[in-house]
Amino acid sequence: MQEILNKLIDRYAIEPIQENRHNQAFVTIEKNRLPDVLTWLRDYEDYTHLAFITAVDYPEIEKIQLTYMLHNYILHTDLGLRVLLDRTRPEMVSIHHLWKQVATYQRELREMFGIDFPGSPGLQENFALEGWKDIPPMRRDFDTKEYSEKTYFPRPGRQTHDPKEYMKEKLYPSAKEDK
Amino acid sequence: MSDRSKFPPVIDGKAQFDLDSGKYIKVWQGPQHPGVTGNMALELIISGDEVIDLTTHVGYLHRGFEKLMERRRYIQCFPIVCRICVPEPDTNEYLLAAAAEELAGIEIPEKAKWLRTLTLELSRLASFLMWIGGQSGAFGMGTVAQWAIAQRDFILDLFEELSGGRVYHMYIVPGGVRDDLPSGWDKHLEDVLVKTEKMLKEIEIVMFNNVIFKMRAQNLGIITPDMVDKFGIVGPNARAAGLARDLRKDEPYLIYDKLDFQVITRDFSDAYNRTYLRWQEMWQSIGLIRQIMAGMPAGNDYHYNLPNVLNWKIPHGETYVKAESTRGEYGFYMVSDGSGYPRRVYVRGPSYTHAMALLPHLAVNVNIADMAGLMVSLHTYPPEIER
Repeated sequence: MQEILNKLIDRYAIEPIQENRHNQAFVTIEKNRLPDVLTWLRDYEDYTHLAFITAVDYPEIEKIQLTYMLHNYILHTDLGLRVLLDRTRPEMVSIHHLWKQVATYQRELREMFGIDFPGSPGLQENFALEGWKDIPPMRRDFDTKEYSEKTYFPRPGRQTHDPKEYMKEKLYPSAKEDK
Repeated sequence: MSDRSKFPPVIDGKAQFDLDSGKYIKVWQGPQHPGVTGNMALELIISGDEVIDLTTHVGYLHRGFEKLMERRRYIQCFPIVCRICVPEPDTNEYLLAAAAEELAGIEIPEKAKWLRTLTLELSRLASFLMWIGGQSGAFGMGTVAQWAIAQRDFILDLFEELSGGRVYHMYIVPGGVRDDLPSGWDKHLEDVLVKTEKMLKEIEIVMFNNVIFKMRAQNLGIITPDMVDKFGIVGPNARAAGLARDLRKDEPYLIYDKLDFQVITRDFSDAYNRTYLRWQEMWQSIGLIRQIMAGMPAGNDYHYNLPNVLNWKIPHGETYVKAESTRGEYGFYMVSDGSGYPRRVYVRGPSYTHAMALLPHLAVNVNIADMAGLMVSLHTYPPEIER
């Protein structure tokens, strides 16, 4: 693990590095260098398996973090590459040419986090949501309660009661009148 | 080779068709399909009875697990995650527990590791039984499906006795497991294992020696070794292509380094070999369960005492933990921001690549009658695609 991290530092001057376990590390990379680093890791350093691409929203620092998780089947090590994007207009370089499954991941990220990947095939197609008009639902500031109240009509029987008062009223309906 | 002049021209591996020409038909397979646990639609374009183009559509099962978990405390996430994969919920429970424990720096007792491995292997067996039901049913052998699903129910009985839940067990909790083995459970388990072995032998006779199954499944959906990394193929689909990749062996978690087993591989990944490999893995699972029961430590130290779980704060950090499920590498990526709620939990299901990228590639030039068999031979569970 240390060997590949040293190479990354030498070659791309990458830091900071977070080493989790003896076989897992996360590094932060500048946005435009990512395709270059990924291609090098895949073709020369045996990080041939892309486990996933996902995003983490940080509204407090106005950033969205993308995580690309690579795996080396020879050394059995995981390398997570993190990229920080501007949250107001998140846009990332598409890497759909490197692995076949990437286009689907990017399609999902566009829908769930509103991240644009120019040039990615089928990017505008729906992934899981159909006709979504609101802000991307996986963003932290998407209010699920407000959305459901706005979208679905309130059904009867869902109001909440104070259990003590409610039971008293149900069991002894006359008690209230006596007072 | 038959006359293919009436088929559309293929440019860059993609058939060029015009639906308005009336020569090709669009057929939807799904979203309801008995062979797949969950709902997934395949949009097929067919020429004659051959598939020339396929698009996988998901979205029928989206329950927003990842979003739900952001608003819940770690302990409240537990009843949710098992629902991500219906036939094999224990992998989810284990991974959420493992991720939280790793970030919180908790070391669980030895006995809890053995009990966790036991439930993981037992649920692997149950999941494979459900899958072989779908696989045989897709090729017209409903009998095998009925045997297998009935046999799975006996395993669910065992889970009910162990945890109180048949399908969703919520047995593996952070810090260990919920309870010790009930008395007399080992005898019930052995009874079920013996019955399962008897059924597996019968399945070999009626399924793998069946000429119809052989004719239809052999050379269907061939995965070559060079496709494995390009598509991110994992699990039995990759092992059938000759790549000995098994997380239980490569990066042993829990007590897999103490168990004696070999990674099973085949040299040609078509539907027949993938089916056969999973059938062999069922035998392997039975062997592992017996080894675990034989080596189970005594005592009742199966749970680490957590702090008050309703106010349990996990230190800042991020991690990716993974385990070998029936479909391959299953992982949880967890980011904690130091509060009592996870900042992000991402679930990496192996079906994602198998169904969304690999299936459309393999489906081209497949007879429409074999589509269901091909889809099930990749062993996809749609809920883990749209968590």
